[in-house]
Amino acid sequence: MIIRLLSRTAFYLILAVGLFYILFPFYWMIVNSLKPSAELFATPLSYWPRQLTLDNYRAVLADGSFVRSIFNSFVVAGGATILSLALSSMAAYALARYRFAGKQATLYIILGMSTFPQIAVLGGLFTLARALGIYNTYWALILSYMIFTLPFCVWVLTSFIKEIPDTLDEAATIDGASAWQILWKVIIPLAGPGLVATGLLSFINAWNEFLFALTLTADNQARTVPVAVALFSGQSEHELPWGKITAASTVVTVPVVLLALMFQKRIVEGLTSGAVKG
Amino acid sequence: MANVSLRGVEKSYGAFKIVRQMDLEIHDGEFLVLVGPSGCGKSTTLRMIAGLEDINQGQILIDDQLVNGVAAKNRDIAMVFQNYALYPHMDVFQNMAFGLELRKFPKEEIKSRVEQAADILALGDLLKRKPKELSGGQRQRVALGRAIVRQPKVFLFDEPLSNLDAQLRVQMRAEISRLHAQLKTTMVYVTHDQVEAMTMGTRIVVMKGGDVQQVGAPLELYTRPANRFVAGFIGTPQMNFLDASIEGGTDAPVLVAEALQLPLQGAMAAAISGLKDKRCTLGIRPSDLHVVGTPGAGPITFEAGIDMVEILGAVQVVHIRLGGQTMRAELPIRVACKPGETISLAAEPDAFHIFDATSGVAIA
Repeated sequence: MIIRLLSRTAFYLILAVGLFYILFPFYWMIVNSLKPSAELFATPLSYWPRQLTLDNYRAVLADGSFVRSIFNSFVVAGGATILSLALSSMAAYALARYRFAGKQATLYIILGMSTFPQIAVLGGLFTLARALGIYNTYWALILSYMIFTLPFCVWVLTSFIKEIPDTLDEAATIDGASAWQILWKVIIPLAGPGLVATGLLSFINAWNEFLFALTLTADNQARTVPVAVALFSGQSEHELPWGKITAASTVVTVPVVLLALMFQKRIVEGLTSGAVKG
Repeated sequence: MANVSLRGVEKSYGAFKIVRQMDLEIHDGEFLVLVGPSGCGKSTTLRMIAGLEDINQGQILIDDQLVNGVAAKNRDIAMVFQNYALYPHMDVFQNMAFGLELRKFPKEEIKSRVEQAADILALGDLLKRKPKELSGGQRQRVALGRAIVRQPKVFLFDEPLSNLDAQLRVQMRAEISRLHAQLKTTMVYVTHDQVEAMTMGTRIVVMKGGDVQQVGAPLELYTRPANRFVAGFIGTPQMNFLDASIEGGTDAPVLVAEALQLPLQGAMAAAISGLKDKRCTLGIRPSDLHVVGTPGAGPITFEAGIDMVEILGAVQVVHIRLGGQTMRAELPIRVACKPGETISLAAEPDAFHIFDATSGVAIA
């Protein structure tokens, strides 16, 4: 009885420590975004704001370049996701269904693409973007984000499509469907949960990416949120505008969290299906 | 409505030939069954007709048109699969309508065809259901419906009843036979179950190891099997095979298998005179063995020891020992049989089949 009580207590204690470690940064971000700037640097530190204010949010949302960067982020992350899904569903269908020479090699080369450290390809990407004349445009970011979103989507969708019985393809073939129609009318609808899961994770990765975004953009035209927030400056070069930074961070976290909550069930379905036969 | 011809068709995977030099004429309106053990090439043959597999050699003609290079969707065939292969995200109506929609049929035509098929198959109340909400039998009926609405030249069935339980299988067997009688379309049906083959087929093709063993009407295969394999494959319980030697002079030869002696006359005697090493295999069906003195008992009699008795209800299968060889006899239930006892059995001379001991080819 006592042992059970102790192990229960220990369980919840560990859980609490873990949760605190994960959630405190978010709490700190939100709390600081709601403090007036005077309180941010006050001693002693206040873990609960004495005075709540939305000034920081007003300041951030009135900042035209920040609002523009949110729009840029949506275009870039959305574009990279949609392109990745479109290309990877075709690639995954071919990899899952057709027998061709070098299929296994292709799969591993695709995987290899995503294992390079970002910094290793950065210089090359920069030169390439300049040469193609897409430096500081959406395309520079969309195309470079596909370096990591595409392999991920291809791998997950390939294993997803392999789970769909291929007699369905044969039945559709005999029903008169072309390869395109099979993909579009039979495979894609059945791979729905997989598409949602991979699409969402791609979107989140692209949304949060910093290094490529910093290197491949020069100004507001294509600059995304993480870079915009990092480049916030205060009145002088010695002052960091923590209030604005935390408010901006909160604003850009919201869409991702909302998306994740909305599709939570689908993501779990998508990532675990195939583990157990439905 | 169409005939299907296979001329010298071959299929191999690497060096392994899965179908060898196959010639087959499937007549218009026929219900042809391809039967054989797994790996005999029957499903591959069907898939080659469907266009799901390429052929390495030979010609396939549907309705006298060469279809070697014609894509599956343009062969005007419909196929029913073992695992139903219904589209899980579509309801019953959409499943049946899919092929027609792809072929750009007008909406009203699709609706009337699907409803007609649903009528034939008693699926009217299920049109809005998804496949996962249906039982196995219902799913297979939807798969049938999907084939019917297309009104194809040829129906192909790939072991459609194997996933159903025994009772449902008997019911669906009758349903498919009824459908064939009603539609009178050419049907090619693959199964490993010889009972399905016997009960449904107008003609049966028995295959083994990529070769056609025999083609014929069900009763023809049963009464005049071309070789030992067909004899053993068709009919339950399986035909008994005994090693026999040929004794006596060429004018009055006698086949001897343990205590069993079969004197041969006329055509049979002439047929075995060509055998070199004086050996052959004797075959007799368990149902052709009778207790001495009962109706049907013939002049060939022998005594055998009883090993085991399986009671099936109206009949019993008696496992008997004849010298060093074993046989089975199907006897009426009222015959008292106890393991360890001996029994006197009899058969008509023409109930026996004689096969070449090495090649297995039927001699008489």
